Amino acid sequence: MSQPGLTPSELMTVNAARLLRDGDVVFVGVGLPNLACNLARRTHAPELVMIYEAGVIGAQPARLPLSIGDPTLVSGALSVVSMWEIFAYYLQRGLVSVGFMGGAQIDRFGNVNATVIGPYAKPKIRLPGSGGSMEIAAWADRCYYITPHEKRRFPPRVDFQTSAGFLGGRAEREAAGLRGGGPAAVVTDLGILEPDETGELVLGAVHPGIDPEQARAQTGWELRVLPALRTTVEVTPDELSLLRQLDPQRIYLN
Amino acid sequence: MSKLTTLHDAVAAHVHDGDLIYAAGFTHLIPFAAGHEIIRQARRELVLARATPDLIYDQMVAAGCARKIIFSYSGNPGIGSLRIVRTALEDGTLAWEEYSHFAMISRLTAGASGVPFMPMNPTGVDDLPKANPSYRTVADPYSGRPVVTVPALHPDVAIVHVQRADAEGNCHLWGILGEQKEAAFAAARVIVTAEEIVDPAVIRSDPNRTIIPALVVDAVCHVPFCAHPSYTQGYYDRDNAFYLEWDRLSAEPARVRAWLDEWVFGLPDRPAYWEKLGAEAHDRLRVEPRWSEPVNYGQY
Repeated sequence: MSQPGLTPSELMTVNAARLLRDGDVVFVGVGLPNLACNLARRTHAPELVMIYEAGVIGAQPARLPLSIGDPTLVSGALSVVSMWEIFAYYLQRGLVSVGFMGGAQIDRFGNVNATVIGPYAKPKIRLPGSGGSMEIAAWADRCYYITPHEKRRFPPRVDFQTSAGFLGGRAEREAAGLRGGGPAAVVTDLGILEPDETGELVLGAVHPGIDPEQARAQTGWELRVLPALRTTVEVTPDELSLLRQLDPQRIYLN
Repeated sequence: MSKLTTLHDAVAAHVHDGDLIYAAGFTHLIPFAAGHEIIRQARRELVLARATPDLIYDQMVAAGCARKIIFSYSGNPGIGSLRIVRTALEDGTLAWEEYSHFAMISRLTAGASGVPFMPMNPTGVDDLPKANPSYRTVADPYSGRPVVTVPALHPDVAIVHVQRADAEGNCHLWGILGEQKEAAFAAARVIVTAEEIVDPAVIRSDPNRTIIPALVVDAVCHVPFCAHPSYTQGYYDRDNAFYLEWDRLSAEPARVRAWLDEWVFGLPDRPAYWEKLGAEAHDRLRVEPRWSEPVNYGQY
């Protein structure tokens, strides 16, 4: 890692921010996805429209939002709508281009478990549950996930499908008739996973100085490496300094 | 007709053991003072419904008020786990019924609209529908394609906090509106808590902002700072430090009991709670004004 003191969270967030395109309408999750979107808006995507599931459209937060419903998201926003409208008129209707989320567990086909470890009726570990993710993963044009690359987070098959990746494979998702295209990338602290033509997540890129074997060792299935494996561009001093301004107390950038 | 009453009397009259309660508010306007009053009055066997149970239901579960919880995201928003609810679910001491946010608001919208269910497009996953038989899949009668349905939710009582209301219960709300309106229209009885009680002329000056009408309201309580540690847009900030503190505190049952004794059972009402919070908190949560442009309704 070339930048002095660059943390895994910073590395993931900068690389996630770069995936956003100017003009995207993003359904933003709190934490690192929120930082990534705000970084993108301040760098290459000034026309990014940030939508928060609490019902805020076009937020321009003056401080770091500490929850999905932080009042700083409201002041100066383009519009504030009810919970029904944000999910029905904006998401289900098909106005959202990008879903941006964290994920407790992501499997080989990009399906996400945010509900439970162990049997549903007798949970070993009870996680918070879907929130908005079940519908975001189904109906946003494309989805990005940010999660540290740890074996327990990347099982071959999730215990519980909270939200859809490619289900059993791309053909299965297509047969389900969902309007959204599914996971487009999973950004980790080791690299970037991307779906291949079957919907299986493969290693598309590693961060500078990372050996693909490190990613393979931290993945619960036999992770395939793209023949044209890329190395992500070094985090620039500008990106890092802007990002650190967004979270001066390092609440999420730990 | 004035429906003004105290929060104590409103809870005594309208919240009964075994009721299905919907204390509304998506992060914003969460009626904590009402939750505390329900705890003080020792209601039992409640079914607690909220998209995000938040700390208000964590506290009510800790106090032994609840039999069951209905939710769509059971976390401490922006922080992590909602420890007491989580432990109760893991230990099997609390029944639960789970949805996504969209299914939860669809249930309330159906309830508020007087229709039996609400259709939604499929999401491709069926683990939750398999675990919760209230999810059904039926054929769209027009296209024949599958749609997912959830039944109308009809709370016995909805509790909604608002910025200002008149004595009859016509309410102005702004900021994040969450599921306030749907919960009020879906419920059999509605308790309103308000930062300010205003003259009806204030309400009539801006009728588009009357999100909840007196028609559906049963009780109106003047409860400034009702939403702390959540917030009321334009009145005070969210107390994130408390949300963090609760994360630590709620890991230890003895500390939770001590907290309930000190901050709920040991206090008569919200004014005493706010005073006890002290000047440091009052200063920290104060918010600078940022006014909207007035709109011209015209004199016709």
